[in-house]
Amino acid sequence: MNLDSKIPGGPMAQKWDRRRAEIRLVNPANKRKFEVIVVGSGLAGASAAATLGELGYRVKCFCFQDSARRAHSIAAQGGINAAKNYPNDGDSVQRLFYDTIKGGDFRAREANVHRLAEVSVNIIDQCVAQGVPFGREYGGLLANRSFGGAQVSRTFYARGATGQQLLLGAYQALSRQVGLGRVQMFARTEMLEIVVVNGHAKGVVVRDLVTGKITSHAADAVVLGTGGYGNAFYLSTNAQGCNATAVWRAWKKGAAFANPCFTQIHPTCIPVSGEHQSKLTLMSESLRNDGRCWAPKAKGDRRPPREIPEAERDYYLERMYPSYGNLAPRDIASRAAKRICDEGRGVGPGGRGVYLDFSDALARLGEATVRERYGNLFDMYHEITAEDACETPMRIYPAIHYVMGGLWVDYDLMSTLPGLFVIGEANFSDHGANRLGASALMQGLADGYFILPYTVGDYLATAKVKRPSADAAEFKQAEEEVHARVKRLLGVNGKRTVSEFHRRLGKILWENCGMARNAAGLRKALQEIPALREEFWKDVKAPGKNEELNQALECAGRVADFLELGELICRDALARDESCGCHFREEHQMEDGECRRDDANFAHVAAWEFQGEDRPPVRHAEPLVYEETHLATRSYK
Amino acid sequence: MNFILRIWRQKNAADEGRFIEVPARDITPEMSFLEMLDVVNDEVTKAGGDPVAFDHDCREGVCGACSLVINGEPHGPNAKATTCQTYMRSFRDGETITVEPFRARAFPVLKDLVTDRSAFDRIIQAGGFVSVNTGQAPDANTLPIGKDAAEKAFDSAACIGCGACVAACKNSSAMLFVGAKITHLGLLPQGQPERDRRALAMVAQMDAEKFGNCTNQYECQAVCPKEITVANIAQMNRDYLVASLKKLFAG
Ligand SMILES: Cc1cc2nc3c(=O)[nH]c(=O)nc-3n(C[C@H](O)[C@H](O)[C@H](O)COP(=O)(O)OP(=O)(O)OC[C@H]3O[C@@H](n4cnc5c(N)ncnc54)[C@H](O)[C@@H]3O)c2cc1C
Ligand code: FES
Repeated sequence: MNLDSKIPGGPMAQKWDRRRAEIRLVNPANKRKFEVIVVGSGLAGASAAATLGELGYRVKCFCFQDSARRAHSIAAQGGINAAKNYPNDGDSVQRLFYDTIKGGDFRAREANVHRLAEVSVNIIDQCVAQGVPFGREYGGLLANRSFGGAQVSRTFYARGATGQQLLLGAYQALSRQVGLGRVQMFARTEMLEIVVVNGHAKGVVVRDLVTGKITSHAADAVVLGTGGYGNAFYLSTNAQGCNATAVWRAWKKGAAFANPCFTQIHPTCIPVSGEHQSKLTLMSESLRNDGRCWAPKAKGDRRPPREIPEAERDYYLERMYPSYGNLAPRDIASRAAKRICDEGRGVGPGGRGVYLDFSDALARLGEATVRERYGNLFDMYHEITAEDACETPMRIYPAIHYVMGGLWVDYDLMSTLPGLFVIGEANFSDHGANRLGASALMQGLADGYFILPYTVGDYLATAKVKRPSADAAEFKQAEEEVHARVKRLLGVNGKRTVSEFHRRLGKILWENCGMARNAAGLRKALQEIPALREEFWKDVKAPGKNEELNQALECAGRVADFLELGELICRDALARDESCGCHFREEHQMEDGECRRDDANFAHVAAWEFQGEDRPPVRHAEPLVYEETHLATRSYK
Repeated sequence: MNFILRIWRQKNAADEGRFIEVPARDITPEMSFLEMLDVVNDEVTKAGGDPVAFDHDCREGVCGACSLVINGEPHGPNAKATTCQTYMRSFRDGETITVEPFRARAFPVLKDLVTDRSAFDRIIQAGGFVSVNTGQAPDANTLPIGKDAAEKAFDSAACIGCGACVAACKNSSAMLFVGAKITHLGLLPQGQPERDRRALAMVAQMDAEKFGNCTNQYECQAVCPKEITVANIAQMNRDYLVASLKKLFAG
């Protein structure tokens, strides 16, 4: 497998300029002759589809929701980073670059991250021009807040609904292109197969989720912006529909899967309340600007929080990480919360929770200001827990939130399957072993607005394989595969529901491949998951038929893929015999419980290659070369 | 807790549809309304039946996918909350709960509780945007916008496009939805160049989709989970009138 990252030569700060200068262009009249398929209408997919349409390509965009506007990006809360340095507090492209590399625990590709920091400033300009109502100061200029892992304020926000406002901006840009006839939008349509012709990705097979009709679409290039696979863990902060089907199909058709075990656990989510819970709700990291994390100093202290005197509270993040305090990065803050609860100092039902307390901020700023900043988050918290965060501290606990792993891509965002590009959370490119808050929105929009539309042009200008007809044999065969899979799912007709299997898979992953991992647990998971998968194919019940709106069938297909991906996640976690970022192997820790990286053996990207259903996948390595930064031990103390 | 669901079942768009009674057993007050439906669906599935179809995704009140008319009210009994943010503690143990899809001519039922709301997308496609291509934008801070204007624009932009306003209105009017977008963009300097065009195009599309007219009952505002107010409708009417007059006099 060829893992040529195609990083341009020259100084770090000039690589992207250089690549842009080299890229071959498609002349405007020819752009109309090219068709590009974009799967996904989240920040990455919508921004890419809109921009490709503006450039003059013919675009087809797909999403499984009933409208492009409902993609999971809509739920992002806290903000988006950019190196604007508007607050004049010392930020720069270089600093955002360094913070991201360090935040990712030196497991990301420098050149990609540098480019991300460079284009971050253009994103804010673009979004403001679209009418995104970012928060502002009284003077009319844009406001910023702080996020974890940074000592500057570089996060732009629209109250606690930044993702919603950014996505609506991209959706409106996309809608404009739909109205102009340059983009054809297919909502309620799920991609179920990638079609490969002469070694290149040249189309997709999709299922109409209303009628069940299975059809083929041919194109000159295919772009996946299909989001992350955190839902493999069942309980996560992701939307219910988030899934891995598109990337999993691509993997089986030759696209390498990079760092699948790099999954992020967010420190501040509302704790689990019961068996039938279907999701966990995030409380944005922005709350840690003004909220202080604490737990009782004494084990088993069951007094209500307000009755615990100051001296008997442990503001554990401020104690352990004095220079970043409550704004320590996510992996570190999550593990700290877990440690507190493991020590028996957790609060709330089952002792799996810590406090996030706003009383200092309320005293300092007054309730009105605090509510203006976080009102909608406090409302959400109240809906779920019936408690008011202005009166009693929030209870929070870590939950699965995001995946840094994804399909491997080169500097041009192309996977190892030529013609297949991957953007947004679906690729692995920029966050290493841990993503900093407010950087996913930045990456999704950087990919979609400013990177992919250029790099895809280079492929189109030079690709030897032309767009086939959707009647070609390869399409018929792919359609057959989809029909066969659907038939198999409906045919099991067992006794257990899809959600039961999903819940069990989630439990195996959370217990053995969650916040802390070890070889014995991972080996156990690697036995349990295939056994569960076997049981699934014997005993799952997906009722109904294909030719109708059949949500149980949709879920069954997604869970079937999670049951395979879950195994790859554990396999990768076992093979990476070091700790880094979110990947915490208990065997490799410092005396103080921090990650012990092994740069001699693991300063690389692990890229897994599919070998067929009955052979184990092969692990390849793309070495990470650090030109600009030194591999240092991360410290937030 | 235990409930009886009087729930709308409809095989597909062509089917007539009817209410069916289904028990919901062993429900806890902490479950959301949709989690309660999950439990019911698991039971129905195990018993060999066809689970009830309903739209949902984020389950935290922001994607606008979930809908449902619960005991006659779009998004159920609580103000400022979507169906996915409605918890079973809001219902009485033993109660019979009526669950129906959003009903409007422009939102045909596809199956059970799932409706086709793509008319909203077509209204946005007609003009609900600022025409700026990627890469054309000036530096973001070259255009100061007063904090109040930005906050007000946000209030309108907070619309999640769920369609509860349409479902609540006896005329199935979409004016709250359309007014919110017109107001959001109209409050910002970026939205000015296309302000007239936008109002004319979006209203024309709204009419083409067969949404009804507003007769000032304010039901839409009452059910809106994002507290979009009828002031947005007034703003839409003003913008539409101004744009129409300008067009008339321009000849
Ligand atoms: C609750 C929450 C809060 C967050 N807050 C922040 C934040 O404040 N700042 C930040 O930077 N990041 C945040 N994140 C992370 C960020 O929101 C996501 O990483 C990002 O939005 C992903 O965007 P995307 O475009 O890659 O994918 P998504 O938005 O997930 O979009 C995926 C798209 O692909 C489509 N799709 C998927 N599979 C298929 C298929 N098989 N066929 C057809 N279509 C398909 C879907 O329909 C959808 O349109 C948050 C995440 C969560 C869960
Ligand atoms: S499911 Fe997203 S708003 Fe209810």
